[in-house]
Amino acid sequence: MPSYVDPEKCDGCKGGDKTACMYICPNDLMVLNKEAMLAYNQEPDACWECYSCVKICPQGAIYVRGYNDFVPMGGQVHPMRSSDSIMWTVKFRNGNMKRFKFPIRTTAEGAANAYPDLKGENLDDERLSTEKELPAPDPAKMAK
Amino acid sequence: MALPNKPMGELPAVANPEIAEHECDVLIVGGGMAACGTAFEIKKWAPADMKIILVDKASLERSGAVAQGLSAINTYIGENPIENYVKMVRNDLMGVIREDLVYDLGRHVDDSVHLFEEWGLPVWKIAEDGSNLDGSKPAPKLTEGGKPVRTGKWQIMINGESYKCIVAEPAKTALGEENCLERIFIVKLLLDKNVPNKIAGAVGFSTRENKVHVFTCKTMVVACGGAVNIFRPRSTGEGKGRAWYPVWNAGSTYTMCAQVGATLTMMENRFTPARFKDGYGPVGAWFLLFKAKVQNGLGEFYANSDAVKDELGKFMPYGASPVTPTCLRNHLMIEELKAGRGPIYMATDVALNAFLDDARAAGKDEKEVKKFWKHLESEAWEDFLDMSVGQAGLWAGMNIEPENVGSEIMPTEPYMLGSHSGCCGIWVSGPEEDWVPTIDGPRSHQYKWGYNRMTTVDGLFTAGDGVGASGHKFSSGSHAEGRIVAKQMVKYCKNNADFKPELKQTAQELADEIYAPVRLYLEHVGKSTAADVNPNYCKPAGLMMRLMKATDEYGGGVATYYMTSGKLLNICLDLLQMMREDAEKMAAGDLHELMRAWENYHRIWCVETHIRHIEFRKESRYPGFYYRSDFPTCDDENWKAFVNSTFDPETKEWKCEKVNCVNIIETEPWI
Repeated sequence: MPSYVDPEKCDGCKGGDKTACMYICPNDLMVLNKEAMLAYNQEPDACWECYSCVKICPQGAIYVRGYNDFVPMGGQVHPMRSSDSIMWTVKFRNGNMKRFKFPIRTTAEGAANAYPDLKGENLDDERLSTEKELPAPDPAKMAK
Repeated sequence: MALPNKPMGELPAVANPEIAEHECDVLIVGGGMAACGTAFEIKKWAPADMKIILVDKASLERSGAVAQGLSAINTYIGENPIENYVKMVRNDLMGVIREDLVYDLGRHVDDSVHLFEEWGLPVWKIAEDGSNLDGSKPAPKLTEGGKPVRTGKWQIMINGESYKCIVAEPAKTALGEENCLERIFIVKLLLDKNVPNKIAGAVGFSTRENKVHVFTCKTMVVACGGAVNIFRPRSTGEGKGRAWYPVWNAGSTYTMCAQVGATLTMMENRFTPARFKDGYGPVGAWFLLFKAKVQNGLGEFYANSDAVKDELGKFMPYGASPVTPTCLRNHLMIEELKAGRGPIYMATDVALNAFLDDARAAGKDEKEVKKFWKHLESEAWEDFLDMSVGQAGLWAGMNIEPENVGSEIMPTEPYMLGSHSGCCGIWVSGPEEDWVPTIDGPRSHQYKWGYNRMTTVDGLFTAGDGVGASGHKFSSGSHAEGRIVAKQMVKYCKNNADFKPELKQTAQELADEIYAPVRLYLEHVGKSTAADVNPNYCKPAGLMMRLMKATDEYGGGVATYYMTSGKLLNICLDLLQMMREDAEKMAAGDLHELMRAWENYHRIWCVETHIRHIEFRKESRYPGFYYRSDFPTCDDENWKAFVNSTFDPETKEWKCEKVNCVNIIETEPWI
């Protein structure tokens, strides 16, 4: 289900160094044509349909069209992602529509504690920095 | 195609790239769950002046197997004894695992899950009335006694669309953004010039500018996932990208470590998951949460038949467990398909309507049933939308509403991985603790040699899909394993403080090697008017198809219902030998294609190890994942053992050996 770019909406991220879609695509598929100032998917048959580009595009210019080797035409799945939830619109080939909204994060962006000041205690044992204890196999349950 | 012949991409490659040299103490190669675990943990142990660099082929926020999100965390020990986790993994992987590594993983994994929830990952909870609450509803956290929604014994449900973004954020903060280099693809590890069998650096290139990056380091973790697009997929057109595992995982972990002499283990293991046909949507929640059953083409729910019980009886003790091992579940499905009783359907309609019938039987009126249905329907779609949107797209295109009609499921093409229900990977040291067995012999036979998760090469660590014989860690376990490695690398650095890594090759020699496909392209591009047809070189896309055809036809792919033999495997090895030679003739006109060239190089190597191991193991250890017609049974008497292999970087020779497998956890009772 490769992603594609709507030329009416894409603004090439206004000629910045890198577009949002180039920045995010895990498979290095999205590229910017600087003459046209438009992004495109340079290798549709390597697209995992992970929707990372669709979710991040500030213009909402990227969509997905089902893989042409097994998906009949006419359906579409499209998200609107905010900082705490995502809303999906599922349009069926026969015109039916469904909408779903799911939470995606319970904290503010940037608020995840990296524990910058935490220091581990004993480098010579196996306990990790935020762990309180270190279990070992119960002798009664070990192979004889 | 228009003349003149020119590269496809927007970032043409040049013959002479810039070279950047970096020195550090610790190099983290990869950006997925394991690498994020290392990045989060390492500064808690490292002295302030320790230089640590992370290098990722993609962007941390969406790199690795969790890029798209997940609808469940498959390893959370919670109330279960860790020993039972070891037993479950041992049985699912047909008896041959490193129980020390699995136990060790089990004792650390929950701490990572607790961090995820604290960082903002919504975890479903069970409400007081027994209903499911999504992760944004007020409820106690797991650490506060909150009860997760278990599907199986080990899995918990999440609202996981942003799982990877949430995990990447504190990883990057902890390490410092300036120490995270993105869009650099490491393609080769480098041994030290002076000390044998010691890692000293790595080399890669930018996919954004013509620049080769050479790193020297004292220690390194390589965690770049498993291998995808190594066997011909069921969809070979546009749908080739809809691989079950992330299509950007090219076997780099296994190949790069093997090439510097790290011993590999259980490379014969593969994973061919049974998934919804074509869209490869997950089936776990359908089986476990919605209690759906599979139906053959005759409408029979075959899984509980007497014939199936007899068949499972051939694979004892594995077949007797309440949860049938994944490969044997595939085996049963393949038996149906081969007998012409396909297609196999997940009876989603039967399952969902049973819930509604139960709700009515419990006295709910139609309004309440409707409300219940809205929630149930939403849960069913979220399972796909969180982690496999393409499956939802396929249902939309096919007008499939799961309450009205079932969906076909099918075993996929094979994948190589070590973190899911598979266990190929690299042979590593277990923890240096008394309960881990001490075994004589070379490292390739031992269970511990000083640093937990260090490979047989000094200073080289791995995690996640990289660690072999230790499956079922999934996303959470991979993160925990990355954290284990972080601490060990700091310890290694401290104990090797005087070591000054020195590379065997100059930076220019390395750059010449990395950019060879570009030079070949520039030299010969004018000799044909067609971009991809040239007698002097081959293109990565074509070579990948050649690889996938060979493995499919001779190495037990979908073409033969996963059947192969010694004869076929040796033909495959001959074909791979020529592919390895021709890989030197891959040409790349732009930076994207250069990335594809090196990925293919990694794929060819890692498949070769897979084929070598299957050839060496004279039995069929994983019926349903692959079969050898010449040794069709699972032969515990002779082969309940590891197969380990080592490539000698000096002599270029492979050595395969059988290695003793030790039970650490009791075998009576087996489960």
